Amino acid sequence: METLSHLAYGLSVALQPQHVLLASVGVILGIIIGVLPGLGGTNGVAILLPLTFALGPTGGIIFLASIYWGAIFGGAITSILFNIPGEPWSVATTFDGYPLARQGRAAHALTASFTASFIGAIVSIVLFTFFAPLLAEFALKFGPPENFAVMLLAFASFAGLSGANPAKSILMTLLGLLLATMGFDVVTGRPRMNFGLVSLLGGVNFVVIAIGLFGLGEILLTVEQGLRLMGIKARINWRAMVETWRAMWRMSVTIIRSTLIGFWLGILPGTGATPSSFLSYGLAKSFSKRPESFGKGELEGVVAPEAANNAAGIGALLPLITLGIPGSPTAAVMLAGLLIWGLRPGPLLFTDRPDFVWGLIGSMYVANILTLVLIMLMMPVFASILRIPFAILAPLIVIFSGIGAYATNNQVLDLWLMLGSGVAGYFFKKLDYPLAPLVVALVLGDMMEQSMRQALLMGQGNPAIFITRPITAGFLAASLFLFLLPALRALYRRGRLATAPREAAAREIRG
Amino acid sequence: MRTRQMPRIAILAGLAIILLSLAWPVAGAPAFSPRRPIEWTIPAGVGGGADLQARFMAPLIDKYKLSPQPLVPVNRPAGAGAQAFIWLKQKAGDPHTILITLDNLFAVPLAQPELGFNWRQLTPVCRLLLDEFILTVHNDSPWKTVADLQRAAKAAPAGSIKMAGTGSKQEDEIIMVLLEQSWGVDFTYVPFPGGGAVAAALVGKQVEFTVNNPLEMVAQWDGGRLRPLAVFDSERIKAKKWAGIPTMKELGFDIEYLMLRGIFLPPDNPPEVVAFYEGVFEKLMQTPEMKDFIELGAFKEAFLCGDAFAKWLVGKENQVKTLMTKGGLIPK
Repeated sequence: METLSHLAYGLSVALQPQHVLLASVGVILGIIIGVLPGLGGTNGVAILLPLTFALGPTGGIIFLASIYWGAIFGGAITSILFNIPGEPWSVATTFDGYPLARQGRAAHALTASFTASFIGAIVSIVLFTFFAPLLAEFALKFGPPENFAVMLLAFASFAGLSGANPAKSILMTLLGLLLATMGFDVVTGRPRMNFGLVSLLGGVNFVVIAIGLFGLGEILLTVEQGLRLMGIKARINWRAMVETWRAMWRMSVTIIRSTLIGFWLGILPGTGATPSSFLSYGLAKSFSKRPESFGKGELEGVVAPEAANNAAGIGALLPLITLGIPGSPTAAVMLAGLLIWGLRPGPLLFTDRPDFVWGLIGSMYVANILTLVLIMLMMPVFASILRIPFAILAPLIVIFSGIGAYATNNQVLDLWLMLGSGVAGYFFKKLDYPLAPLVVALVLGDMMEQSMRQALLMGQGNPAIFITRPITAGFLAASLFLFLLPALRALYRRGRLATAPREAAAREIRG
Repeated sequence: MRTRQMPRIAILAGLAIILLSLAWPVAGAPAFSPRRPIEWTIPAGVGGGADLQARFMAPLIDKYKLSPQPLVPVNRPAGAGAQAFIWLKQKAGDPHTILITLDNLFAVPLAQPELGFNWRQLTPVCRLLLDEFILTVHNDSPWKTVADLQRAAKAAPAGSIKMAGTGSKQEDEIIMVLLEQSWGVDFTYVPFPGGGAVAAALVGKQVEFTVNNPLEMVAQWDGGRLRPLAVFDSERIKAKKWAGIPTMKELGFDIEYLMLRGIFLPPDNPPEVVAFYEGVFEKLMQTPEMKDFIELGAFKEAFLCGDAFAKWLVGKENQVKTLMTKGGLIPK
C-alpha cells in the first residue's frame, strides 16, 4: 500500500509538464542514437550528461533515462531494415527481423519489435516498483560461477541453431571463440594474440564484426543481385499492425519468459542486455513448435530478444538505485550523473531523496509509453527510408556503419576490421556458413571465459565450485539438457516414425 | 604640418615597439588558448574511478567557464590503459588532448614492457588528488580489526581467503602482495573489471575482503553492508566521517599506498600550453563542487604542478617498481 502511494507521488513528479517535455526530447534523441550503429546508448548518455547540469537531479535522471529507453527501442530499427545492429543487444533481432523485412513484412517486424519492447519494459517496471530491494538482495548471490552458468545456458540454447549443417555451425562457433580470445587477458594482465598491435589490445569488438558480417555482407550480396533491396516495400498500415498484434497474442509465453530473463540478467552485474537477448532468442527457438522456421523470418524471433533487451535495460538501473552499484556501463555513467547532481548514491537514496527515486520510477512508466507512441508515429519515416534508391542508400549505410564502427573504440583499425568482416560475411553467406554462431560465440565466449576463470580462482583451481553452489549446478544441468535437446528431438522423431506404421496397422486391424 | 606629424607617429611607434619588446620577456610566450574541443582521454572503462572523475570535472570546467573550449571525455580502456598511453604518445605536440591517469601509468608499462612506454614520454601537468585505499570486509564478517584478519589468515589454509580487486598486476594486487609478504600468508586474488564490480563481489560475499577506494565503497558502508578496517596511509583521512579509521602504520604494519589522480599532455607540449591547463585545474580545485567531491570520496588534497610534480613522479615510479619487483609482478 505504501508503495502505491509512493508510486502515485512518483507519477505526479514525472507528469509535471517540464519533466514530460524532457522525457520526450530524451526519447527522440535516444531513438536517433539507437538507429545510428555503434553510437550506443552508453555513449549517447555520456555525451549528453553535461547538459543535465542545469536540470537538477530529478530532471537530469529523467532526461538521461529517457535517452536510454529510446536507444533500446531504436536499436531494432536498422537491425530489421538493413541487417545492421544499431546496438549490441539488437544483434539477435537481425536473425529474424531482416528476413521478415525481405519478405515485405518490415511493418510487421517493426510493430512486433516495438510492442514486445514495450511489454518487456512495462512488466519490468512493475517488478521494479514492487520488488526492487528484494531482487537486489537476491542478485548479490550471483557471483562469477553463477554468471558463467547463465552464460553457458545462453550458449547451450544456441546449440544446433542454424540446423542446416552441424559441421559448419561448429566451425563458425570455434571461429567465434577463437576471435573472443584475442585482446587482453584480465586475469594475467598480459596481452594475448594481439600481434603486437596496440589497437588489438581491446580484442575484437563484436559490434564491429556484426556490422561487417551482417550489414556490409548483405550490401555486397545486394549489389551482386542487381542493386535492389529485395522485396522491401514496407507499407505501414493499420492492418499490418493489427495482424501483428493478433499473432503476438499467441506468443505471450515467449514474451513473458523473455521479459523475466532480460530483467533478471539486467539486474546481475556482469551479464546484461546482450546475453539476455541471445538467451531469450535461443529459448524461444528451443521451446517453439517449429524451430526450423527461426532464422528465416519468424515473428517470435524478433519478439523474444526485443522483450528481453528492454527488460534488461530496466533491470540494469535496479542495483544502481538500490545499492549504488552500476549494473551496466550506461548505469555507470548515470552514477557519475548522481554525483554531479550532488546526490549520494547508495542504499539510503530511497529514504534521503524519495522525490528523485520515485520520480525516476514514475518517469519509467511515462517515458516508455511516450517512446512507444513516438516510435509508432515515426514508422512511416522508417518505411520511407526504404524508398530511397539503393544506389544512394547503400553508400549512406556504409558511411554510417563506418562512423559506428569507429565510435565503438575510437580507433581506425576497427574500420578495417569492419570492411574485412563485410567481405568475409559475403563469402560465408555464399558458401552457406551460418553467421549467428560466430557472433554468439564471440560475445558470450569473452564473458564466459572471464567468469569461468574468476570462478576457478575462487575455487582455488577446483572445478567442484560449479557443482557445490546450488544455483550454478541448476543452471549447468539446464545447459546440459539444452545441449542435448536437438539430439533428443531427433531421437524422439525417429521413435515416432518407427511406431507410426505399427499404430496405423493396429488401427486397421481394429477397424 | 604634415612633415612634422610624421616623425611624431614614428616616435610613438618606436616607443610602442620598445615597450612591447620590454614586456615580451615578462609575459613569456603568448598565452595558449584552445581552438577546438579538448579530448580528455580516460585510460579506463566507463564507470571506473578515473572515468567518474573526468565525467564529474568536465561539466564543472564548462560551468565555471575555465576553458573557452569544452573537454570531451573519451574512454580508451584496452590493455588496462595501454591503448590510451600509446594514443597520447602518438599525439606529440597536440595541445588539444589530455589524459587523466591512475597508477596504471606506472604499473602497465612495467607489466607490458613490449609497449615501449614510459610516463617520461608525456608532458606532466598536475597532480590533482591522491586516492586512498581502504581495507574493507563485509559487515557480517567476524573480523572486526586488522589483527583479526591477520590471525584468520595465518590460521586458514593457504589461499583459502579471497580478495577481489580491479584488474591484474595493478595497485589492488600490489597492495595484496604487500600484505601477504608482511604477514607471511597466502591470499587468492580474484580480478574484476572495475571498482563497482569489486564492491558488488564483497557485498555479495563472493570474496572475504577488498582494498577499494573510498568512493567505491562509501555507499555500502553507509548502507551498513561493508566495514572499513584500515587505511593504507601514514596519516588518517581528514574528512570527519573517515577520521575514525586507523592507518595501517599506527596498527604496526608499514604498508602505505596512495594512487595518483593526475593530468598529462602528449609529448613535446610547450610551457604555455602546460600553464593553461595548470590554470584550469587550479581554479577547478577551488570550486565548491570539487570540495564536496573531495569530502565524499575522502580524497587526499594534493594539488601539485611543475618541477615538484615531475620529481614526485620519479619517486612514485620507483615505489611502484620496487613493490612490483618484490611481489614478483613484473614478467621476466
